[in-house]
Amino acid sequence: MELIKPGFGLVFWSLVTFAILLFILRKFAWKPILGAVEDREEGIRTALASAESARKEMENLKADNERILQEARNEREAMLKDARDMKNKIISDAKEEAQTQASKMIEQAQAAIESEKKAAMAELKSHVAGLSIDIAEKVVREELSNKDKQLKLVENMLGEATLN
Amino acid sequence: MTFYTFKRVAFTLLFLSVFSFSFASNSKDSDSEKEFDAKEMIMHHVKDAYGMHLFDYNGHSYSIPLPIILYTDKGLTTFMSSEFHHDYNGEVIVEKNGQRFVNIHEKIYKLNDGETAVTYDAEHHPTNAERPWDFSITRNVFMMWVSVVVLLLIFLTAARRYKKSGDYVPKGIASFVEPLVVFVRDEIAKPMIGEHKYKRFMPYLLTVFFFIWINNIFGLIPFFNGANLSGNIAFTFALALCTFLITTFSGNKNYWKHIFWMPGVPVPMKIFLMPIEIVGMFVKPISLMIRLFANITAGHIIILALMSLIFIFQTIAVAPVSVGFALFIGIIEIVVTAIQAYIFTVLSALYFGMAVEDAH
Amino acid sequence: MTITGIAAIGAGLAAIGAGMGIGRIGGSAMDAMARQPEIQGKIQTSALILAAFVEAVALFGVVAALIVK
Repeated sequence: MELIKPGFGLVFWSLVTFAILLFILRKFAWKPILGAVEDREEGIRTALASAESARKEMENLKADNERILQEARNEREAMLKDARDMKNKIISDAKEEAQTQASKMIEQAQAAIESEKKAAMAELKSHVAGLSIDIAEKVVREELSNKDKQLKLVENMLGEATLN
Repeated sequence: MTFYTFKRVAFTLLFLSVFSFSFASNSKDSDSEKEFDAKEMIMHHVKDAYGMHLFDYNGHSYSIPLPIILYTDKGLTTFMSSEFHHDYNGEVIVEKNGQRFVNIHEKIYKLNDGETAVTYDAEHHPTNAERPWDFSITRNVFMMWVSVVVLLLIFLTAARRYKKSGDYVPKGIASFVEPLVVFVRDEIAKPMIGEHKYKRFMPYLLTVFFFIWINNIFGLIPFFNGANLSGNIAFTFALALCTFLITTFSGNKNYWKHIFWMPGVPVPMKIFLMPIEIVGMFVKPISLMIRLFANITAGHIIILALMSLIFIFQTIAVAPVSVGFALFIGIIEIVVTAIQAYIFTVLSALYFGMAVEDAH
Repeated sequence: MTITGIAAIGAGLAAIGAGMGIGRIGGSAMDAMARQPEIQGKIQTSALILAAFVEAVALFGVVAALIVK
């Protein structure tokens, strides 16, 4: 029983001492120690956060660069493609032009040849007709004088005709 | 790191404790020829006393006298404990201020007016004397102040270290203190009270943790005559009272609602739970008080009882067994000093956490 | 038998109960730690707190025994 009866004096002194101890330690020990620990933790946290944000920024930058590069590459690709298309188009246009030009010229040439041919034929015909008449006139004239001469003339004429 | 420091301290303490306890028991046995009374010796050790008894030499006791402060209806009376001449059987009567005082088993009684000797009843209670208001600086109070001085030395030095070094890197004693402080914050306060509300209770928790711990350790250091401060119910009562008051005054609406009108249960249950919760409000600090007191006192009693075996059997042959067991218990006690300080702090924090918890 | 003797037996019985309780807490805590070593710290803390609660009951018994003495 003696053991578990709190002695009044000790309770009193405990409370007083504890209160004083709490006051002093709170003001002069816990505040600076906890403050320092928290400051340090805060410092570490902000350092980590800034490192993280710097990393992110770097990543963003890198991504940007990558994007710009990609865009440039795409553009170059597109330009090349355009150029190639244009070249092809020009070539095919030129080809077509040439084709049409050529076919037109050929047509014209053919037409000219045809007309020349027709003209030549007509001339030839008229020439042949005149010649035949001449021959026939001479033959008729010669027939009446000499038989031999007749033959000879015909022969000459024939030889001439062949020459023509 | 803490563990190794701990180990070193532990071995030093044990070495000293084994020596001193046997020494103390020895002297007690030799200076009085009567039969060795283990119970009396143990109780004398565990309880509070006036004056710091250091050692006996040639049948003479040597002790540090401490002031005795009494408050009677005639006002304050003070004198030194040495005036009792180491008597605690009520034989030496000290006369001050026209009042007579005796020391009966380390409790001071004031003889009623006109009486010159103490008379006892059948159960050895004095019949013609009564206890005055006793504010004496007993050996427990003295040791408490010593521990306060040590605590202040440690923590104020540590705190100054922080102010000095601008980069906040703990050095010297601060590097020993800081892990403990952070431990109390991260392992006790934050999980028990909650991330947002723990700050308000930190000074109390830290102070109570280190105050209990250092007094537990001092109780094991035999040079201080094993002052059993944290094993004294008055001391634990004072601390438990602080916890109770803080819990009660920081209790929010939710806390009181849980006590008087438990939400979420049917009405008959609410009525049934109310008295239980009200009793629980008081049982919590009482259990805190008893737990610390009983654990520390039990440790002291066991070590002393093991040592007493030597004198009960009156043979040196028991000594190795006694010392071995006492050493074993001593090692456990070293751990218990820290665990009990931790438990007291954790449970205090738990009660604070309940008091400030928000409704969910 | 005196009242003190009976009180001592009572205290002893309380100690048995608490011993069994703390033993169970310790055993379960060990099991849990073996199963989930990653939350060892948490288990240890709760085991200590629970042991303290159980212990309090035994200590009440001891105090009751001390009171009747």
